[in-house]
Amino acid sequence: MADVGIGWWGVPLAVAAGAVRAGTPFLFVSLGELLTEKSGRINLGLEGTLVMGAMSGYGTAYLTGSPWLGVLVAGITGSLFGALHAGLCSLPRVNDIAVGIALMLFGTGLAFYLGKPLIQPQAPTLPALHLGWWSSIAAVRDALKINGLFIVGALLAPAIVWLLRSTRWGMIVRMVGDSADAARAMGYSVDWVRLLATMTGGFLAGIGGSFLSLYYPGSWSEGLSSGQGITAVALVIFARWSPMNCFYASLLFGGAGALGPALQSVGIHSGYYLFNAAPYFLTLFIMVLTSSSEHRLSGAPSELSITR
Amino acid sequence: MTSELIAGDAAADDRPAVIPAESVIRRDAIGRAAEAVVIPLGALIVSLLLFGVFVAFAGINPLDLYSAMVLGSFGSWFSVQNTLTLASPLVLTALCTALPAQAGLMVIGGEGAFVIGGLAAIAVGLPLSTAAPPALVQLGMAIAGMAAGGAWIAFAGALRHWRGVNETISTLLLTYIGIAVLNHMVEGVMRDPASLNKPATHALPNADMIGNIPGMDVHMGLIYGLIFCVIAYILFFHTTFGFAARMVGGNPRAARLAGLAVGRIVMIVTTLAGAAGGLAGMVEVAAVQGRASATLAAGYGYTGILVAFIARQNPLAVIPVAILFGGINASGGLLQRRLDLPDASVLVLQGIIFVVILASETLFGRFKIFRPKEN
Amino acid sequence: MSMHTSITRRLLLAGLGGVGATAITANMPFGHAQAATPVVGFIYVGPRDDFGYNQAHAEGAAAVKKMKAVKVVEEERIPETVQVAKTMESMINLDGAGLLFPTSFGYFNPYILNEAKKYPKVRFEHAGGLWTPKDPKNAGSYFGYIFEGQYINGIIAGYASKSGKLGFVAAKPIPQVLQNINAFTLGARLVNPKATTQVIFTGDWSLPVKEAEATNSMIDQGVDVVTMHVDSPKVVVQTAAKRGAMVCGYHCSQAALAPQSYLTGAEWNWTDLYPKFVTMWMKGETIPNFYRGGFKEGLIKQSPYGPKVSAEARKHADDVKAKLTAQQYVIFKGPLKDNTGKMAVAGGSELIQTNATDEKLESMHFLVDGVLGSLPA
Repeated sequence: MADVGIGWWGVPLAVAAGAVRAGTPFLFVSLGELLTEKSGRINLGLEGTLVMGAMSGYGTAYLTGSPWLGVLVAGITGSLFGALHAGLCSLPRVNDIAVGIALMLFGTGLAFYLGKPLIQPQAPTLPALHLGWWSSIAAVRDALKINGLFIVGALLAPAIVWLLRSTRWGMIVRMVGDSADAARAMGYSVDWVRLLATMTGGFLAGIGGSFLSLYYPGSWSEGLSSGQGITAVALVIFARWSPMNCFYASLLFGGAGALGPALQSVGIHSGYYLFNAAPYFLTLFIMVLTSSSEHRLSGAPSELSITR
Repeated sequence: MTSELIAGDAAADDRPAVIPAESVIRRDAIGRAAEAVVIPLGALIVSLLLFGVFVAFAGINPLDLYSAMVLGSFGSWFSVQNTLTLASPLVLTALCTALPAQAGLMVIGGEGAFVIGGLAAIAVGLPLSTAAPPALVQLGMAIAGMAAGGAWIAFAGALRHWRGVNETISTLLLTYIGIAVLNHMVEGVMRDPASLNKPATHALPNADMIGNIPGMDVHMGLIYGLIFCVIAYILFFHTTFGFAARMVGGNPRAARLAGLAVGRIVMIVTTLAGAAGGLAGMVEVAAVQGRASATLAAGYGYTGILVAFIARQNPLAVIPVAILFGGINASGGLLQRRLDLPDASVLVLQGIIFVVILASETLFGRFKIFRPKEN
Repeated sequence: MSMHTSITRRLLLAGLGGVGATAITANMPFGHAQAATPVVGFIYVGPRDDFGYNQAHAEGAAAVKKMKAVKVVEEERIPETVQVAKTMESMINLDGAGLLFPTSFGYFNPYILNEAKKYPKVRFEHAGGLWTPKDPKNAGSYFGYIFEGQYINGIIAGYASKSGKLGFVAAKPIPQVLQNINAFTLGARLVNPKATTQVIFTGDWSLPVKEAEATNSMIDQGVDVVTMHVDSPKVVVQTAAKRGAMVCGYHCSQAALAPQSYLTGAEWNWTDLYPKFVTMWMKGETIPNFYRGGFKEGLIKQSPYGPKVSAEARKHADDVKAKLTAQQYVIFKGPLKDNTGKMAVAGGSELIQTNATDEKLESMHFLVDGVLGSLPA
């Protein structure tokens, strides 16, 4: 038995590998959402953006034969949705949460509509980097097959920390998010800053979607996203608007998703529905624990409607 | 602080929320009412035109589209009944979003209240059905559904008020949790062993099921929804409590200064909202499915959010909007069968309507014709 | 054109109310002459090109479309709610459908049974349900013993597996799924008595990420042949192939997705049955209310063997298949122990896959010895 299977060691291994594989979409969407929220607006529509990204990326890869071009197109599609969100929200009296819900519906519907002819064909998928060459255990080697996008995402998190903290652009974004009036007084266009922040956020969310369709699980279907986009929005709150926390939380959520199947593979079978819902329990629990009616959440942009 | 999230009054970064004096409201009432009808109606027409352009790209004549939609939704007595049946759950699930919105809360967890309400209703209905007459069984189920749904959303309300947990996110999370609980129960302790290939609870005896409206092929659940809407409307627009609730929604700080018990109001409003969602779940069990299974989570709660926004969170306006969406869903089949459009075209249309309606919010107050006396 | 006038007229008619739908249908520019062509309706719970359950039915519908003098209407992604009742009624009232194939299990009770009472002249044919003589005579249920195909899958997998560890990605622990898991395991154990089948339940019919995770974690445990019972096997097939494991298909052939790793597969064969039923209906013959069958009746078929299947395996599988086709072979034959050591099928008794209700077979709730997994109580 020992020569083929790895028994109980499979559980932490599967969770770790699952954290990387299933966590990458969370990572991209949550970093995108974080950028948007830092500018003082919440975009609940990233679920729709994610699904549109998955569909358009898959379609592009299928038509052109280049999965990386698919990733790019997914990002561009995402930023178009971001622009739509920002444009609508810049109109007076239009509520950002409501627009987000509307775009969630619209994006999903549009992706399903346009994606019909893409359910059958097989598009080329993204290659993996084989980082486990040193191990003689097949399962370890496989767990360390990591997609380049994960590495990009992992580098993006500290990059965003630096961007927000130490660059002029980052400071403007944060200022707009913390006090639109102050930003306006200094001569910055609040709407423009938010437009760019939301478009960048959409770009990242679109890429997160393309990871689903082009790498893992690596095909387009209407059930592809089981709410990763919307979970990622909750994840940003969970991560207290810190990019590095988004990175850790994405791994945690991805790993939690892999826990159910991994436990079943070693013989624990009861309550898989509740295991599947574990990330939601966890997020709610953390929110209850860390929120307060007295003061706003630390790290939260002051202009953000959901923390007011 | 409590958020200011009512669709119309929120998110204006630069505008302080102003509550006009009551006399001004009354003077403008007619103009406002006209505005509230004309603008959404205009937006609806624009959406339909946009959707026509959209399907034209698929090589379909928009006129064929519109005629199929009319035929499938209101084109015959059969279609009308079909539309009303599909509208029935939406009336109640929309209230689950619309009522908290009156008090400034954005609840999007109607789906969770729906499944939990349905589950509680069958849990109470099954033992009752062996002992009590149908009317009592249904009453017991309705109470159970409303209590469970009410507690579900009120939990989010309590977290909001006492812990400052954002209710939009918490109700969404609660929905995922509710669906997991439903699946866990119907495939576990509540499963009828004879429900072979579709795990479900035991079925409610036929005699205890909610019947049809006399002379129609539409179940009585629709009437429950209409009654709930009217009561909610009276409560929110013609009682002191309603005024207080709307004041909390308009300006929580002013409400607190005026000595209103904000916590109590939040709890009552979220309980009512959850009760509406839970009742919808109870009706789905007691009038349609007869048992609880994974199919309780069929998305009525999500569509309800849409209906509430298009009705601009007004409990009475929820009724026509729900019927409109019932009609869109009823005609969706014809679009597939006659025009070869994908099933997702209905989603696209709903998405377009939602986006355009929200964008049209910005037009309120822009047309002088509706505000003859405003300076 | 007259399109415009016809629409205004229709709106007017609608406004008057109470106008029969048929009158309007006849005026539709894209309508059809109602009395002339018989109409058959197909209803699917998911997308009809999902490489799985729905596609198998849609291929059957496509075969009916090729028939002369019959019109097919289809709707996909119809949930098992009042929506399916309304879809059936809409097909009957607006399209004039006289024979309906609502193909998802959950459509049967209460929706089909209610509609059958409401529309006694329409024929309802349901896949998977258990019609009993108490139910309306104009309704019927048919299904294939596809676990015969999973048994063949198991034999092939038993030969192909080097580790003796097989994997099964399953949606929910319901009888139709358990029959497949058990038949697959028994087939493999025919070849390798020590073979085991690891089963993972994802919890729902279409959860691509969970299905991929399940496949990966089983392969981590040394599993080298994977099969499945989910609505769309595409993700499991692709993930297994990517990891270098072999795979047996289900519902339809997924050979095109992984030509090298695909061993064989258990497929539905609705393309034969549906035209047969439609012809019977058009001739006015009675379609049986309860119809079951496997290889013999041609309700299921086996995918052609892939390149990794040895000659020995082919021969063994073909022999068993021939016996199944001749109906000289029973898969669930006592004594059969379950994986907790209890006797599941007593010695001497058999769960026969014949054209009759075998309650024990239809309500199977055990995992045979050799399956690693457990069922909720």
